[in-house]
Amino acid sequence: MDTSEDILQQVSPDLVRGSETARRSKAARLSPSFISWLQAGPMMLVFLAFFLIPLVFVVIVSFWDYNEYQLLPAFSGRGYTDTFEGCIAQLPDLCTIAKTYLKTLKLCFLVWVITLFIGFWVAYFLAFHVKSKTWQMGLSLLCTIPFWTSNVIRMIAWIPLLGRNGLVNSGLVKTGLINHPVEWLLFSEFSVVLALVHLFTFFMVVPIFNSMVRIDKSLIEAAYDAGATGFQTLVNVIIPLAKPGIVIGSIFVITIVMGDFITIGVMGGQQIAAAGKIIETRVNALQFPAAAANAVILLVITFLIITMMSRIVDIKKEL
Amino acid sequence: MKEGRPRSFYVLAIFFAAYTLFLYGPMIAIYVLSFQGPQGGLTFPMNGVSTFWIAKLFQGTGIVDLGAAFRRSLLLGIIVMIVTVVLSVAAGMAFRRKFKAQGILFYSAIASLIVPSIITSLGISLEFRIIDDLIKGTFNENFETSMGLLTSGLGAHLTWTLPFGLLIMFAIFNRFDPRLEEAARDLGATPWQAFRHVVLPIILPSVIGIGLFGFTLSWDELARSSQAIGAVNTLPLDLQGLTTTVTNPDIYALGTVISAVSFTVIALALGTIHMLNKRQAAKGSDAGKGLV
Repeated sequence: MDTSEDILQQVSPDLVRGSETARRSKAARLSPSFISWLQAGPMMLVFLAFFLIPLVFVVIVSFWDYNEYQLLPAFSGRGYTDTFEGCIAQLPDLCTIAKTYLKTLKLCFLVWVITLFIGFWVAYFLAFHVKSKTWQMGLSLLCTIPFWTSNVIRMIAWIPLLGRNGLVNSGLVKTGLINHPVEWLLFSEFSVVLALVHLFTFFMVVPIFNSMVRIDKSLIEAAYDAGATGFQTLVNVIIPLAKPGIVIGSIFVITIVMGDFITIGVMGGQQIAAAGKIIETRVNALQFPAAAANAVILLVITFLIITMMSRIVDIKKEL
Repeated sequence: MKEGRPRSFYVLAIFFAAYTLFLYGPMIAIYVLSFQGPQGGLTFPMNGVSTFWIAKLFQGTGIVDLGAAFRRSLLLGIIVMIVTVVLSVAAGMAFRRKFKAQGILFYSAIASLIVPSIITSLGISLEFRIIDDLIKGTFNENFETSMGLLTSGLGAHLTWTLPFGLLIMFAIFNRFDPRLEEAARDLGATPWQAFRHVVLPIILPSVIGIGLFGFTLSWDELARSSQAIGAVNTLPLDLQGLTTTVTNPDIYALGTVISAVSFTVIALALGTIHMLNKRQAAKGSDAGKGLV
């Protein structure tokens, strides 16, 4: 056998011995796909056990029957019929569940519009006006830190400001703008929207900022050279290129607000009904199939919103 | 570029400053109020300055068993942090190659991030209820529950922290130069050696970021804990319970203590990241060292 290896063997025995061991160790090594499974498997298992299977259980249990204290594993549509009780009989008036979802959508829309406005301009300032990388990092960190701290604390932080005897009311009374404290500042829809904006604008700032820093600055200069006004550049260059970030941020904010029950509970003084609160109330009453049915409805609505939004942009490509 | 700053800079700078004030103002208000005097109430003006309400928390005479909840939250936070770091780095490495089920894992992570927390939480609680019923029915009549801090609770927190960990890993490897690893391989390093001595030191600052996310997200987590954690409470759950009956500044004191832990962890992590980056900048370059 006169292979190139034999020739090499004669010229330089050491080299071939080296390749010999290399080949042997390669055979002993694990196959790449097995290593991938080993690396990604544990995370997959966690999602399987604590996310995917639980979701399946939510759907299954939503079709189970129940009485005052336990689940009855037999097919029943009671979870759904209890939820929509009286919806048809009451027409044309809206039933409780329809009103609740409309209220949730309204809150959601308000929070979305406000967080989008604030998030866009904060991200714009950081991406285009802050030139130094150090300042850019420092200021984005400044926006991020509150996200790492407790939501409940950030909610109750509004109490000393908005309460009946809070800073805002006493300030307004002192300056003579109002005669007596106003009540709608706290435990109202106003305080709920305010707190949600306060908590979740972060989810708009980060993705929009990420899209914006990737925009090639020469495109903006080109627009400027071609005679575009600042507004035209914004509408025709920056917004289209920042669209992926805007869509991702919107998905985050909308899904969080749709499912929220804690902020709406605490800041609404436990008085405002919302999609997430229905689930919580049903669970507290141990009506699990009804809770699960509501979870399925909420899931479907959330899914519809996300599908609609992801038509605008391919999320996976943008990450 | 043009000299000077356009007017829009000043408008947006003021807007940004106002946003920052909006972010931090209320939080600072409650940190200040937690130092109310013993006679102080929930709102300004301050009625004296003292550490009365914070001391009251630590005496355990207050509203919650702070010590026990504190230890539980800390334990869970640390375990979540470790598991998040290990699983995220491993999965992040896997994503550098194509492998089957890549899409499933990616979409599970994204879905886990955006499916409303209450649904995930309810699902986990249903799952464990069904498991409990199975155990009761087949093995042990007197079995209580398999739900708990380190079973259902840990799982619930991981569904929140792992997606963040994975996304950070994607961001890291988007910027990672694979030639560094090739160089290590060419020099005869085994895959493990290449990871241990080349890849890990480079990605370490961001890995600490993942740990930071893991701990603080778990430490402050509420929505997913609410249904899924079983009979015990974590600190945020206790805090939420207090909001409905709040009459004393001790709730602010508790808030201040929880925030202090968050801020300490954030500061430690950022300090370490900064130190590692500096070290990398100093040792990573061979400028001025000549041929050795």
